[in-house]
Amino acid sequence: MKKSSNKLFEPALVKEAFKQSFIKLDPRIMFRNPVMFTVEIGTAVMLAVCIWILLGDKTQGSFVYNLIVFFVLFITLLFANFAEAIAEARGKAQADSLRKTREETPAKKIVNNKIEIVNSSLLKKGDLFFCETGDMIPMDGEIIEGLATIDESAITGESAPVIRESGGDKSSVTGGTKVLSDKITVRVTTEPGESFLDKMIALVEGASRQKTPNEIALTILLAGFTLVFVIVCVTLKPFADYANTPITIAAFISLFVCLIPTTIGGLLSAIGIAGMDRALRANVITKSGKAVETAGDLDVLLLDKTGTITIGNRKATNFWQANNVDENIFIEACVLSSLADETPEGKSIIELGEKLDVKGEMKQNISRLSSHISQYIQFTAETRSSGINMDDLRIRKGAFDSIKNLVIKAGNIFPDETTERVKLISSNGGTPLVVSQNENVLGVIELQDIIKPNIHERFERLRKMGVKTVMVTGDNPLTAKFIAEKAGVDDFIAEAKPEDKMNYIKKEQQGGKLVAMMGDGTNDAPALAQADVGVAMNSGTQAAKEAGNMVDLDNDPTKLIEIVEIGKQLLMTRGTLTTFSIANDVAKYFAIVPALFIASIPGLQSLNVMKLHTPESAILSAVIFNAIIIPLLIPLALRGVAYKPIGASALLRRNLLIYGLGGVIVPFIGIKLIDLLVSLWF
Amino acid sequence: MNTEILGIVLMFVVTVILAIPLGRYIGKLYNGDKTKLDFIFNPIDNLFFKLSGIKADKEMNWKQHLVALLSINMVWFLFSMLILMNMSWLPLNPDGNPSMSADTAFNTSISFISNTNLQHYSGESGVSYLGQLVLMLFQFISAAAGMAVCAVVFNAMKERTTEKLGNFYNYFVKSFTRVLLPLSIVVAIILLFNGTPMTFKGKDQFISVQGDTVNVSRGPAAAMIAIKQLGTNGGGFFGANSAHPLENPNYFTNAVEDVSIILIPIAMIFALGYMLKRKKLAWIIFGVMTVGFLLLLIPTVYFEMKGSSNIAAMHIAQPLGSMEGKEVRFGPAASAYWAITTTVTSNGSVNSMHDSLTPLGGMSAMLGMMVNSFYGGVGVGFLNFYIFIIIAVFISGLMVGRTPEFLGKKIEAKEMKIATIIALLHPFLILSFTALSSHLFAHDPKTYAAWLNNPGYHGFGEMLYEYTSSSANNGSGFEGLGDGVPFWNITCGIVMLIGRFLPIIGPVAIAGILAKKKYVPESAGTLKTDTTTFGIMVFAVIAIIAALSFFPALALGPISEFFSK
Repeated sequence: MKKSSNKLFEPALVKEAFKQSFIKLDPRIMFRNPVMFTVEIGTAVMLAVCIWILLGDKTQGSFVYNLIVFFVLFITLLFANFAEAIAEARGKAQADSLRKTREETPAKKIVNNKIEIVNSSLLKKGDLFFCETGDMIPMDGEIIEGLATIDESAITGESAPVIRESGGDKSSVTGGTKVLSDKITVRVTTEPGESFLDKMIALVEGASRQKTPNEIALTILLAGFTLVFVIVCVTLKPFADYANTPITIAAFISLFVCLIPTTIGGLLSAIGIAGMDRALRANVITKSGKAVETAGDLDVLLLDKTGTITIGNRKATNFWQANNVDENIFIEACVLSSLADETPEGKSIIELGEKLDVKGEMKQNISRLSSHISQYIQFTAETRSSGINMDDLRIRKGAFDSIKNLVIKAGNIFPDETTERVKLISSNGGTPLVVSQNENVLGVIELQDIIKPNIHERFERLRKMGVKTVMVTGDNPLTAKFIAEKAGVDDFIAEAKPEDKMNYIKKEQQGGKLVAMMGDGTNDAPALAQADVGVAMNSGTQAAKEAGNMVDLDNDPTKLIEIVEIGKQLLMTRGTLTTFSIANDVAKYFAIVPALFIASIPGLQSLNVMKLHTPESAILSAVIFNAIIIPLLIPLALRGVAYKPIGASALLRRNLLIYGLGGVIVPFIGIKLIDLLVSLWF
Repeated sequence: MNTEILGIVLMFVVTVILAIPLGRYIGKLYNGDKTKLDFIFNPIDNLFFKLSGIKADKEMNWKQHLVALLSINMVWFLFSMLILMNMSWLPLNPDGNPSMSADTAFNTSISFISNTNLQHYSGESGVSYLGQLVLMLFQFISAAAGMAVCAVVFNAMKERTTEKLGNFYNYFVKSFTRVLLPLSIVVAIILLFNGTPMTFKGKDQFISVQGDTVNVSRGPAAAMIAIKQLGTNGGGFFGANSAHPLENPNYFTNAVEDVSIILIPIAMIFALGYMLKRKKLAWIIFGVMTVGFLLLLIPTVYFEMKGSSNIAAMHIAQPLGSMEGKEVRFGPAASAYWAITTTVTSNGSVNSMHDSLTPLGGMSAMLGMMVNSFYGGVGVGFLNFYIFIIIAVFISGLMVGRTPEFLGKKIEAKEMKIATIIALLHPFLILSFTALSSHLFAHDPKTYAAWLNNPGYHGFGEMLYEYTSSSANNGSGFEGLGDGVPFWNITCGIVMLIGRFLPIIGPVAIAGILAKKKYVPESAGTLKTDTTTFGIMVFAVIAIIAALSFFPALALGPISEFFSK
């Protein structure tokens, strides 16, 4: 998936898009796009004019000239259709490559407690099937029994296998992935042809593609601009009559087509499709185009601490022995107490111990001592400590207050320096684990969250976009505050319960904010539904996936940041190309208006600032420029205008300079160059 | 510096210096804040409210505001028709002037309630003093109505979510009694002391040096001239408007009258800044408008002071500049300054004949009306500007990758639909009616020859100017056009009517819909509208909409005239 080609114009796609460009000439399809529809009408009129000339008319200029105008307009239509078609083709190709992963495979369907081999396409929603080591999972579903390691690389491109099990928040399996070990029983959750991927393909293909609110508003504005120029061109006829200046139909239609915003009109739907396509390339399935657009407007992001802001879990970073305790003995005790500790924290203590043990002496000691261990004490919520018994030694490690109780009950003194250290660690966002031996304090282990490298810059980038980041964590407020500050998030929800997320989202929404969150569990589902953009992890439960409006195939919590940028890019591309398209009109006016009137009002030659060769060459150059600018901008429409988080005003200034001023200047140059070429014949 | 130039610079500076405190005062009125003059005005206003049974503190939503505006306008229209068609036998008619024909009365009534004051009659012979007084009343009413709807939009732009946008009658009466009336009294008194008549006596008579008996029209002129200037009305007491020696006796009255033209339109912008507590936004809007104003003013002053190129071609020196159609007591610079102030603000009073402006000077005057929002008419000028802001916000919002929002309210399809229609309306009215008249003239020149004294590019410019002036509710004219006939009376009447009320309804509707929407507080990603960058964006939108839609028409009119010597 990730390795899929990023080339804009794959030969196979171009061929398909070329075919589609002609199919889309159907007026019933064209009608959806008012700007290009008027161009189609103009083209038809030009065809009629050409036929009229062949039948003997002498007032409309030469046949060749009219035919060329017709031809250029026809090409303009094809270019616009091609832009849309290539965007569709790319989206479809992307979706197809995802769909390929779920080719028909034999499925072990469970019927009356017996396994029957059926084709995967015959599985219906609610059916149960069974998978074991080496099996391909035939359909999307939810594990109802068992646990398995699964290779999801076909979907996510990640080679590390993942664990999926029933009951928890990681109970979803995706068709096309492979079971690496163990056995699971799965319930099918979607009807064939109705999976999220199928829905997305339908969106891209246009059958169920609906215009997003911004797209509708922009279409209205563009229709307005088109209408202005209908008025301008229609009223020009009596004006010209008054001035005794005959204007040919070709000139009228050329003026009209040049003035209406064909550039953005032709590229508008391509931009929308390309936005969804970019989301898909980021391995995010969107359920509607609107969701992508909304993503660009987000004000608040709710991010889970673990996995998004910090790498996995807490890790031991320091051993702080109490006064009068030998460092090596303390570290040995820490490692010994963690030998049976399966938690990531416990493992990290052993790792840190081994790292500090440069000479390898401790390792020998440990392996010698470990044989003396008589009992492993598991962690319980009641004691809030764990440890080992060994000969006559009782080593315990646990939370500060639980060990303190232990020590004081035994009549021993809890050392002041350790109390100080515990406070210091807590206030630095770490978690202290106190270690005691026979109810005497040996020291304290510092566990720290490891904040992802570069995450601070990413949040800074978001802040510049105007997006507020909120960290959601189960940690206590003190720790949460420290990590929030260190990572650079704007707010945090500590000791978070699922309903806290929901309340936070509602509160922000009441203030008029748009909120996004990412979640995987069933208890996240209400909040995912409440959020304006809810991104469910593909590994999450079916309920979570149904509730959100996007599904992230990579299960990557930082994906939200990318989604915001994709949304912004989508809007920006529309805005900048609209500006460019309208700014172009200035130059086109200076090309065509003098050309219309020069014959009868020689004084207007002074308006011909580009010094175009003849009226015919001026008009042809303008329409040719108008046509070829569309394919030239297709790459920009598909890739999107680069988003730079430099603040809204600076961004506006930048885009206004590039696409506004550029849009005024470029056509002057372009039309002049084309005229130099055209003037060889006209 | 050339004293002529110095004169107009001073006029502008004085206007701005006066407009800032006036704007603050107007803002206080509409906010309902206390002012030092309350002790005089509160009893007066309360008397009006008591007499008419209006509860001034009952808030209205945007639809109720529009209903109030349109229904009282309807009443005024009927009342005006009645008086104008019967004034020959009604009192206050010492000169025995006739009643108006139905089409002229229709045109005149619409003209005055729409704040246009296009005059297809001449004040001296076309109306009685009663008629003049009624028309003067409408000059107050239409200006106060424009200010009141503007107050509604200002109120709607505040940072909150509400449907209640104040009381229309409250805004209306306050604009009338506390702004227009006191300022008019001051201006009228200044005019009075400089020789403008204020009497109900009929024509005066004197015997000239040659021994001829000369009849001089007079009447209650000073009062009407004051409000015609202050309320961006422009309907003069005398046919020659402020070029008439009794209407505008000297350079000083000219300065006072010209300051009065743009005083309230500029003050309204500062009122906005005060009401919304967004002074910077007000200055940006003022800046955009002023840049536009100067871009029209400077070439006009230049060309008028340079003189006519056709006369220069005959080797005749023009030391005073282009003086055709201008008064010697004002000179070309003050006349050019007046021509631009009166056209950008939809005032339409004149102190020189616009028909005689140099081609590009005349084009600048037309462009001022085509844009119609560089200051613009009292109240309504901002409403036109508001439409351009909405369009600029939309495009620039997209350009920075965010659903467009203006002052914390999201701009969506419905608002864009209204804004697009209103932005389209002005070019549509001007171009389609000019096309209609061009078509008639081109296809039946015999029947319609009387319309145009100068066929050719200038004649086309005259027709274009007439409809532009009507649609912009300006009221000035390229007077070479024979416009006192039913065709022009009726078509201009229709254009004025649509050109007045739709551009009020549209912005009020948008502002009302936006006010109801959820308020989104500003964040770092919000596009700020009180920045120079955004100002440039608005300017570009205005320039492109005006330039793009009118360029071909202007090319056939004044531009052709300019290049064809």
